[in-house]
Amino acid sequence: MNLEEYAGKPLLAAGGIATPRSRVAESPDAAARAAEDLGPCIVKAQVPAGRRGKAGGIKAADDRHAARAAAAEILAMDIAGHPVERVLVEQRADIAREFYAAVLNDPESRAPLLMFSTAGGMDIEESARRFPERLRRIAVDIRGGPERGSLLSRCEGLDLDAQTKDAVADLLARLYAIYRGHDAELLEVNPLALLRDGSLAALDCKLVLDDSSIKRQPELAALGRPDPLSELELRGEGLGLKYVELDGEVGVLANGAGLTMATMDVIAHHGGRPANFLEIGGEAYTMARPALELVLANHRVRSLVVNFCGAFARTDVMTEGVIDAWLDLSPSIPVFFSIRGTGWREAVAMLRARLGIEPRATMDDAIRAAVEAARAPSAGSAA
Amino acid sequence: MIVRGHERVLVQGITGRQGSFWTARMQAYGTRVTGGVNPRKAGTEHCGVPVYESAQDAMDDAGFDVSVLFIPPLGVKDAAVDAVEAGAGKLVILTEHVPVQDVMYVLAAARANGTRVAGPNTAGHVTPGECFVGFMPAFDPDIFQPGEVGVITRSGSLGTLMCLNVVQAGFGQSALVGIGGDPVAGTSTRDALESLDGDERTRAVVMVGEIGGSMEEEAAEYAAAMEKPVFAFIAGRASPPGRKMGHAGAIVMGDRGTHASKRAALERAGVEVLDTPSDIGSALRARLVG
Repeated sequence: MNLEEYAGKPLLAAGGIATPRSRVAESPDAAARAAEDLGPCIVKAQVPAGRRGKAGGIKAADDRHAARAAAAEILAMDIAGHPVERVLVEQRADIAREFYAAVLNDPESRAPLLMFSTAGGMDIEESARRFPERLRRIAVDIRGGPERGSLLSRCEGLDLDAQTKDAVADLLARLYAIYRGHDAELLEVNPLALLRDGSLAALDCKLVLDDSSIKRQPELAALGRPDPLSELELRGEGLGLKYVELDGEVGVLANGAGLTMATMDVIAHHGGRPANFLEIGGEAYTMARPALELVLANHRVRSLVVNFCGAFARTDVMTEGVIDAWLDLSPSIPVFFSIRGTGWREAVAMLRARLGIEPRATMDDAIRAAVEAARAPSAGSAA
Repeated sequence: MIVRGHERVLVQGITGRQGSFWTARMQAYGTRVTGGVNPRKAGTEHCGVPVYESAQDAMDDAGFDVSVLFIPPLGVKDAAVDAVEAGAGKLVILTEHVPVQDVMYVLAAARANGTRVAGPNTAGHVTPGECFVGFMPAFDPDIFQPGEVGVITRSGSLGTLMCLNVVQAGFGQSALVGIGGDPVAGTSTRDALESLDGDERTRAVVMVGEIGGSMEEEAAEYAAAMEKPVFAFIAGRASPPGRKMGHAGAIVMGDRGTHASKRAALERAGVEVLDTPSDIGSALRARLVG
């Protein structure tokens, strides 16, 4: 779950990291009123996507007229698929230098990783490559947290005076505490401005919450903006199923994310295109029936692969759900089965008895047949 | 890490629906289950073994080498730390959706105490003919047979399929090592590869990977120096790219994580990368027979 800048910044402020004064506006008039209060300001699109500046979603405004015009333009934009619904009007900061600071879950060290660079601002990824000596990566022992002394010593060699080093070490410790306190996957401040008065201020904030922690951070989840979903994807979410609508013709119903991805890969390998990703792994294996209904609701689907390889997920339970739904819906597209693993003998017997369908010997056989059927001029009956 | 038949197994969460169902299967297969944990049912017996208040109590009484966790996501941290502090040699964490910061905490505690961890979000480990921990269909002879192929998998379902294909091709497994599908995992693909490289029963290794993260690229560095043949299937070639973890993620990951980068790294290391999981049979026959 992503928190946009306007939702994340109050959390920074509450954790003792300075942010410029700002107000959220959902209309040009509200932006003008905010500018009247704040003076010279920056008007920023609020979308859960990077590179807003390059997309034209960040504009400076000297007065309320300019703020109104900037807001009108930005509120009409769509940035990386996200329509802009609100802007943040923020007091303009007196910037001396732009730094970069972040903390994230690092799979490689299996620990929180603090990052700081004196080359922040736009193009941080490029400057991290070009100036690795300006970037510090600090793996943290999560049981104790970062020690101030070690943060300070890791700032040695950076182009910073003693007072700024102190402020940076202090900021990194606060950033880490906010990341821990909110179960974040990522907390990133770019740019982190060194102001002309020598203090640090966060001019942006990107906060990604760990979806697995939402249950114990409900008040934060309410601040997040979910990814834009299609109608079918929303229906999947309502069922508790991870469904991703794709633009192919071969419907996919498999158990487990790994097997589902592999099914999609083999469809592509045999020259077809998958119509969906759908995960019914783990406890969701009892959801085969609504899952099938979801796959079939996509009108682009011209044939269907049912690929089960049960471990935890019992193929007999899944197959029963599929058969029930199939008999109810009596779809006119062909379906091809591959069933192995826990419960497969019972599942195959059920398939023969109730649908009169023989599963294919291998997953590749079932997929090849489904790809061919999807290509046929008109879809035939179940085979 | 590999789990073998002589090792004593504790089941944390033994009295739950899944805990009960799979404990009975593990026992029937030959796994040495010495006890279970559920603080609310301490002092009783379940599946024919004593139920303890804590892993520490289990260690003091029946003893165990490996603990397997059938514990809900938000309870994993405390249960795992209990087992680590009790002196568990190995932990197998099956639970999906454990908060990542909890996982990192458990792994830090495990490192400090010398405990090896597999998972979270793994389907478990199997040594065919000896034992299994977790929820794998070890008892299905079409899928598992004693043999010489080590299988490493991030996915339970796809690992099961790969094991099925190995058996259909006339081979068996020395071990199935489930490392789990989470981004932060106790055992990496590289760790598992090292274990199987050092394992006398293993003659060849099959890696079942996925797009995302850099575990396959790291494993490739190790595979380059191996004498045993290594095969890989990397799922996700046809999947839309996942979400990016901000600039920080891009800086840490560089250009790793895609199917193309994993395939290139593995092939440079001499690993045979398969187009479909069904290709493993002919690949194994070509390298292991004759």
